[in-house]
Amino acid sequence: MQIRSMHFKARAGAAAADRALQSKLATAKGLFVDGRRRAVADIDLEATREASRAIRNRAVENLDLWLERFEQEATRRGGQVLWARDGAEICRLVADIARRHGVKKAIKSKSMLSEEAGLNAALEAAGVQPVETDLGEYILQINDNEPPSHIIAPVIHKTKEEVADLFARVHGKPRKTEIGEMTREAREMLRTHFLSADMGISGGNFLVAETGSVALVTNEGNGRMVTTLPKVHVVITGVEKVVPTLEDLATLMRILPRSATGQSISNYFSVLTGVKRPEDTDGPEHLYFILVDNGRVDLLGGDFQDMLRCIRCAACMNHCPVYQTIGGHAYGWVYPGPMGSVLTPLFVGIENALDLPHAATMCNQCGVVCPVKIPLPELMRKLREQQVERRLRPWGERTALGLWAWLARHPSLYALVAKLGVRYLNWLAEGGDRIRVMGVAPSWTDGRDFPAPEGRTFRELYAKRPKT
Amino acid sequence: MQDSREDILSRIRRRLGRTAENATTGRAEIEACLGRREQGPRPAAEADRVARFCARSEALSSTVEEVARREDAPAAVARYIAAHDLPRAAVAWRQLVGLDWSGAGLQVAGRAANGDDLIGITGVFCAVAETGTLLVLSGPDTPATASLLPETHIALVPASRIVPGMEEAFTLIRAECGALPRAVNFISGPSRTGDIEQTLVLGAHGPYRVHIVLLRDC
Ligand code: SF4
Repeated sequence: MQIRSMHFKARAGAAAADRALQSKLATAKGLFVDGRRRAVADIDLEATREASRAIRNRAVENLDLWLERFEQEATRRGGQVLWARDGAEICRLVADIARRHGVKKAIKSKSMLSEEAGLNAALEAAGVQPVETDLGEYILQINDNEPPSHIIAPVIHKTKEEVADLFARVHGKPRKTEIGEMTREAREMLRTHFLSADMGISGGNFLVAETGSVALVTNEGNGRMVTTLPKVHVVITGVEKVVPTLEDLATLMRILPRSATGQSISNYFSVLTGVKRPEDTDGPEHLYFILVDNGRVDLLGGDFQDMLRCIRCAACMNHCPVYQTIGGHAYGWVYPGPMGSVLTPLFVGIENALDLPHAATMCNQCGVVCPVKIPLPELMRKLREQQVERRLRPWGERTALGLWAWLARHPSLYALVAKLGVRYLNWLAEGGDRIRVMGVAPSWTDGRDFPAPEGRTFRELYAKRPKT
Repeated sequence: MQDSREDILSRIRRRLGRTAENATTGRAEIEACLGRREQGPRPAAEADRVARFCARSEALSSTVEEVARREDAPAAVARYIAAHDLPRAAVAWRQLVGLDWSGAGLQVAGRAANGDDLIGITGVFCAVAETGTLLVLSGPDTPATASLLPETHIALVPASRIVPGMEEAFTLIRAECGALPRAVNFISGPSRTGDIEQTLVLGAHGPYRVHIVLLRDC
């Protein structure tokens, strides 16, 4: 996917002014946040988060050994394990597999790595028709390959009216506006693809080292179709997705659907192991795993290793006040919200996503809900530090901070400047309690007011306190 | 291809500070972990497993009818089909074709489902009380398509095969099948999507309806 994360400010500004977008996000937020709250009520949430964190850590801390074990088990059951360093290599491997098996059409269940790699364009170039089958991803694909704006609700930014127009135009059928009927229409369009495709491409929620399996979670049933009907199945997943045992899977499945959609369990949870057995009536004859690095390995053993625990549940963005204001597109790459603000700079380069680690209020809502206890604000703060260390911050900001640091080391001067500053802000507020336009930094008040100070500095008040 | 594998694995090893000695201890650790198969924290199991299973299934928008014996299933299925105005023809797992379907006025074929079949009748390997989930395994006589392609999925669930949680389901597979079959499918209600305006719609790509015939004395 094309990287647009460097244009964050402009795109966030436009999105922040888009009232229609915010009303869509607000409805979804209500559903996701309330749904999660209700769903976690019947488990011991903190104990389950702690256990999930431990499972993911166990995997990451011995990642090489677990991957070797996974590879051995998967191979023993007839799967072929391939490795890709980056997106280009994913595309090359999938195109090779398609050629080897004479594939004309590939049905896809959602894979974020396929977005990272821009796989659809590569498949088309190789003469293979890619068909997205997750309803949301399908809508985006027929809308000229629009990028998703949420990792589990890809068309959260669209109204049903927009989808109705799109379906009428692309399907060439009478326009429907009832969501159930629209869903049926898409089902019928996609059925023919399911039954005629020669290759299925899926992501993987987890890889199980014990059994060499891939675990796949879907609600629509498309994941099952993609991995049952075509003769070839290709799993594309990050190297970090491995977990040790089936018991670990059971624990993670208590927390993933609850955190993601507020369900106690997703409709379909499939644990897939090896190819079709000789006596079986269905299932793929060829199974490939593509285990992908694309920036993940570099996070091991460093400040950001915690991020490798992520199970892509989207709870962090559902609870993020920034995401709720601007939606997913402004983040400019595959992953939006707090997890995107950490992953995007790490995957595409800190210098290509300077604003993302700053796109946070540091309220730690994300850290509190994250099912694997990733300290997201802490990681954003570390990214900010790296920006400063690598002198990537703008000149004005660096100078201002230098000045402030100098001032802070000179207490009486600091007191004087603070006193003048408060007077200045009060003057800007024109006697009211809000500042509409911030004189020295007007862009600060583009989309919001700045609260006026109460009148005196803390030091002044402290000096005046009644002595006891 | 080989280079990417070596490259990725050797970079992982370097970043983890892997040495010959800690590889040995690491291997011992993963063997121990695989041997322990430690379970995570679990919600308190309800005493009445069958009641829990039925209540959770209904919460997931499945419907449940209870009968006593396997032989009662065809009549129960026929009642459901009549009540929903569905066609009287279905595909079923081969192990179920021995039941007296024609006596209940139904035409049942024992084969995998194709895109045109409207009703699929299956058994289960087991079912999970905690979540109201059906567990089906792929196999020569238990095609995965029967619970997936038709618009209506009807499952016969023996009460004795209801286990407390997913952990017990995995234990049962290990005990009865040895290795995992190609596909272990946990099914929790009819297929659904909330992609358009986060409005829940039942019947996305899989079944619109899941009906459970609970076999009390089996
Ligand atoms: S960072 Fe945590 S909350 Fe966000 S998607 Fe990953 S696992 Fe979920």
